[in-house]
Amino acid sequence: MVSVSSCMNSLRDRGQCALIPFITAGDPNLETTAAALQILDRSGADIIELGVPYSDPLADGPVIQAAATRALQHGTKLENVLEMLKIVSPKLRSPIVLFTYYNPVLNRGIDTFFQDIAAAGASGIVIPDLPLEEVEKLLPAAAAANIEIVLLVAPTTPKERLEAIAAQSQGFIYLVSVTGVTGMRTKVESRVQELITELRGITDKPIGVGFGISQPAQAKQMMEWGADAVIVGSAFVKRLAEGSPEQGLQAIETLCRSLKSAIAE
Amino acid sequence: MTTTPIPSQAGQSASNPLDQRPDALGRFGQFGGKYVPETLMPALAELEAAFYQYWQESEFQQELNGLLKDYVGRPSPLYFADRLTQHYARPDGTGVQIYLKREDLNHTGAHKINNALGQVLLAKRMGKQRIIAETGAGQHGVATATVCARFGLSCVIYMGVHDMDRQALNVFRMRLMGAEVRPVEAGTGTLKDATSEAIRDWVTNVETTHYILGSVAGPHPYPMLVREFHHVIGQETRSQAMEKWGGLPDILLACVGGGSNAMGLFNDFIHDSTVRMIGIEAAGEGADSGKHAATLTRGRVGVLHGAMSYLLQDQDGQVIEPYSISAGLDYPGVGPEHSFLKDLGRAEYYSVTDQQALEGLQRLSQLEGIIPALETAHAIAYLETLCPQLSGSPRLVINCSGRGDKDVQAVAKVLKMNEL
Repeated sequence: MVSVSSCMNSLRDRGQCALIPFITAGDPNLETTAAALQILDRSGADIIELGVPYSDPLADGPVIQAAATRALQHGTKLENVLEMLKIVSPKLRSPIVLFTYYNPVLNRGIDTFFQDIAAAGASGIVIPDLPLEEVEKLLPAAAAANIEIVLLVAPTTPKERLEAIAAQSQGFIYLVSVTGVTGMRTKVESRVQELITELRGITDKPIGVGFGISQPAQAKQMMEWGADAVIVGSAFVKRLAEGSPEQGLQAIETLCRSLKSAIAE
Repeated sequence: MTTTPIPSQAGQSASNPLDQRPDALGRFGQFGGKYVPETLMPALAELEAAFYQYWQESEFQQELNGLLKDYVGRPSPLYFADRLTQHYARPDGTGVQIYLKREDLNHTGAHKINNALGQVLLAKRMGKQRIIAETGAGQHGVATATVCARFGLSCVIYMGVHDMDRQALNVFRMRLMGAEVRPVEAGTGTLKDATSEAIRDWVTNVETTHYILGSVAGPHPYPMLVREFHHVIGQETRSQAMEKWGGLPDILLACVGGGSNAMGLFNDFIHDSTVRMIGIEAAGEGADSGKHAATLTRGRVGVLHGAMSYLLQDQDGQVIEPYSISAGLDYPGVGPEHSFLKDLGRAEYYSVTDQQALEGLQRLSQLEGIIPALETAHAIAYLETLCPQLSGSPRLVINCSGRGDKDVQAVAKVLKMNEL
């Protein structure tokens, strides 16, 4: 499996900005999730973020909350998500980054969790409620399983903290572009440009910008401001949930292609 | 009232685990910590710094103590419950001597105002003009709406739709005082869901908003600072006990949802090893029924709303929707310090059912002319189990944490149905 950092680095060497779509596993069902991963993979995704549904998604806005609730109502379990991923991941070119809250990790046992997700073919992980202070105790287990832990920085993060997080983050640095939860917004905040510039002054690691980005023009704007990757979540999750699974898959393919062409030069 | 000593910060000897509550990372042993989105981390650090700064300032203490006295009506009485004591007396006249710490007599009718007042004074000093809070029974929401009215701050309260229905009186009180009550429909529409929504609001508006968290739960520094703002409960109890019988209480008894009234009572006595501390959780339809909120009795260690603590969760680590007739105890988590005290064996935790709580509520109403809140009724109800186990005539203090006016309609409905 390709690591997140080598994927990001080779794109950067070629002067390309990465597209990272996000979908919630199990919404509307895991068969559709499996199909969606393959469609995204061949429609311009460079890395795919796969959300593990959780009962109390604190960092998520209404679209992803609702998707997680539906997935759980259909009986989606981490076990099934990993079984699906094990079958699909060998067919994918894009590394998979799991997005999960901390409690399911803790509940499975930290060592077991990382071994299991690695065995299923994941390359990285984002844990939105696990701040820098708590990450340290996960590092040995993650390293042993070859899983990269991507850390988040926010507009409210002070400079010294940015430096500490940037030093620790693996794969790329996930810049949360808004003070807020995930979800589509009509405008991107102009201060994102300053945040990218500030972060660029601190680290050579790739910077991925997410939260609030849904449209090709916004993705392009991020690329022009210096982002190495653009992460789009709710816009995919919403499309995949509308109409039949076939219509949803069609819609995310269209979105993925248009986002990719907006950031491909 | 004297100034509470500042909780120990980093670097002190950890020979007695009870000396570090919490440690520098906000941990009580393995419990507590800060499991929140990065966006909130600077705000938590700011809040912690503000607390340590102002808590030591005499100007802050004077303002807080002045308001606690003249606005809240403190000190709250320590009342000897004569007929309740007689009810549990043995034939020879010996038996548990039951005292009630009358937090129900505070302005707004519960202990919650102590914390809301303390936090609003911090918020004012931090320059925050907008206040948000979560509420279950509505007592914390009412307390927050009250202090916001008192200080002219804008106030948004998140409340589950189910709780809005069963605590309609409190919804009206909050609105009357100018607060906006935002219904939360997610999950079962109870306290857990309201808390999640309040945290999402805070993530979004953190630069202008202070979140008055209502229990000794959530990320550090909340469990510590909420406890300190309720510390006055135990502090008064100690001096009132000294006045009344020249000694310490033998047993402290309080209900536990998140656990703020219990921590407020326990905290001053943590190092008095002769004082037995008992917390009572909500067993709903029974701790084995699957419909309960008995987190410490039935939970496993997990992370919810920013803290590591005992948690009601399924095999997959998904949080289980709790159940209790009492909206204030209907929560799948518990304050991390309670988990710590449980594991250390310093405090004991048991649970009583809806039915037992309803009986407790009626018993206190009929024997003492005090209608307790349904939350408080859980602690009252445990006397049925506890009293027969005790020998001699130990002095027991129950935190009478809230009054029951808010519950009478819901209780009337149930009692009629059961023809009790």
